[in-house]
Amino acid sequence: MASTTSGDRPQNRFVQWVDYRLPVFTFLNHELRDYPTPRNLSYLWNFGSLAGIVLVMMIASGIFLAMNYTPNDTLAFESVERIMRDVNYGWLIRYVHMNGASMFFIVVYIHIFRGLYYGSYKAPREILWMLGVVILLLMMATAFMGYVLPWGQMSFWGATVITNLFSALPIIGPKIVTWLWGGFSVGNPTLNRFFSLHYLLPFVIVGVVVLHLVALHQHGSNNPLGIDKKGKQDSIPFHPYYTIKDSFGLAVFLLPYAFLVFFYPNFFGEPDNYIPANPLATPAEIVPEWYFLPFYAILRSTPDLLFIPSKLAGVLLMFGSIAVLFVLPWLDTSPVRSGRFRPVFKWFYVSLIIDAFLLGYVGKHKPDATLFGIALPTIGWLGTLWYFGYFLVILPLLGFFEKPLKLPTSISEAVLKKGAGVASGAA
Amino acid sequence: MADIANVHGGNPHSDGGTRRDFLVLAGTALGAVAAATAVWPLISSMNPAADTLAAGGPVDVDVSKLAPGQQIVVMWRGAPIFVVNRTPEALALLQKPDLVDKLRDPDSQVHQQPTYADNWHRSADPQFAVLVGICTHLGCVPNFLPKPNPTSPSADWPGGYFCPCHGSKYDLAGRVYKGVPAPYNLPVPPYNFTSKTTLRIGENPTGVAFELSSVQQM
Repeated sequence: MASTTSGDRPQNRFVQWVDYRLPVFTFLNHELRDYPTPRNLSYLWNFGSLAGIVLVMMIASGIFLAMNYTPNDTLAFESVERIMRDVNYGWLIRYVHMNGASMFFIVVYIHIFRGLYYGSYKAPREILWMLGVVILLLMMATAFMGYVLPWGQMSFWGATVITNLFSALPIIGPKIVTWLWGGFSVGNPTLNRFFSLHYLLPFVIVGVVVLHLVALHQHGSNNPLGIDKKGKQDSIPFHPYYTIKDSFGLAVFLLPYAFLVFFYPNFFGEPDNYIPANPLATPAEIVPEWYFLPFYAILRSTPDLLFIPSKLAGVLLMFGSIAVLFVLPWLDTSPVRSGRFRPVFKWFYVSLIIDAFLLGYVGKHKPDATLFGIALPTIGWLGTLWYFGYFLVILPLLGFFEKPLKLPTSISEAVLKKGAGVASGAA
Repeated sequence: MADIANVHGGNPHSDGGTRRDFLVLAGTALGAVAAATAVWPLISSMNPAADTLAAGGPVDVDVSKLAPGQQIVVMWRGAPIFVVNRTPEALALLQKPDLVDKLRDPDSQVHQQPTYADNWHRSADPQFAVLVGICTHLGCVPNFLPKPNPTSPSADWPGGYFCPCHGSKYDLAGRVYKGVPAPYNLPVPPYNFTSKTTLRIGENPTGVAFELSSVQQM
């Protein structure tokens, strides 16, 4: 408290000595204390730093798991069971890592949907947004390969199904699949390379996160009003105001996380993955982890499209559902960032959330099931069309047809005007 | 919700500052405890696992198969354990003043063995030597050269252990010579005889507590 900075220069002589040679303290001071942050950020702005903390927890727990894990098709399952039974606190470290993946995706999905609502992808934050999409893709690859490592039934058959997606590509497809496997089927070479990449990719994610932060600090955080800061009165220093808010958010976040780890560690898991991988017996039902379900639904529900067979069409649309996010900043033609001031957008946004859950439901259940008497593939296809319609049709058109509400003149004015005025959007 | 200006200095009353200080200190302390609690399982996981500990249990050896003068090497906890059936001639040699004068610690003053091996033959039964075959210099495995030899591995070799790495010499009781790099006698592991012919390595006789990890140097 009494140590470092009251003004611009550090007070402590040792800190001064180091800082003169390696300006870490100046850097931290600049990026945390001097860094002006909008004074009106809501709790939805906690999820960025939360994602960063979960990434660190995943890397830390993963490094210790790797000390006891054996990436070999005859030993992998046993080594995971040994972690669970014999290694000191191995069960805890593995459950923290396993459930950490789910918590990571929950945090990141909330982070993404926050950005979608408040227009955080709009100028001048397009590259910031695109780097975020890169992180999402890397996370998906990392999570998928991590799920293969225990070498249970779901690991094996999940790997088989997902790698086989690439066989849908014409001409080169089968060659790519063989290349991915390093053999004639998913086997030991596949497991080895997945382990290698599962260890590497998180550090690649760290690298992209650094770029994400550099891009963020260039123009600062967006805010619930979606308007730019106009002066000192609109912002407060990141430290201590948002460091303490992020710490509090972390403490709240750790409660359900710990509850999962200690009371329902296999809540998100599939029991079949506690059966060793068997290349001769496919499980009755192959379900991906919950965070892939909407994408899995798109993959399964896409019918034949013109001359493209449904298998290839499904693969293209599944990857397309992420690819469309890359160009989102140029699809949304409205100059208004925050959904608070967009009366029509608001409802379409809600429909996108419902659509995501609907697709998740379709991905979770068998394709021959029905919902409200309608076959799931039909619902899945409609959901897929709605997803792409939102980005490719509705957002471009809304900018022209929607009449946004009047924006507040400044953040401080809106904040200091107490009461219901701001929140309801009636201002 | 409150006016922002109020957040800076806290309550204008004098008790506001101390309350904030208390919250910051208490919060930081709890955070430190939480961090330590989170790190502990990670550090603990690097200690030997339950199955590794179980695999370090006692090992039984049938010594009736040992010919006089023969050595066998048994693995116990990843270390080579030398078991030698010493001949009466070899035992007589161990007591010769000529030899004893050349030894650094002939009476086993340094704690390198359990109490039941605190003697000139460094064993529970004079006939059988049980030694950890790891040189106390830098951890090589010494060669078993029981026969006297005028030149090899050194002049007037009376029989014993010779370390190929840096030339440390031990007698057939694992006692180290003076003037060699190794500082201590070879350690003696815990062991007992469960019958006349069965040697159990890794378990003390009843009533004795000795851990190999307690020796001066492995």
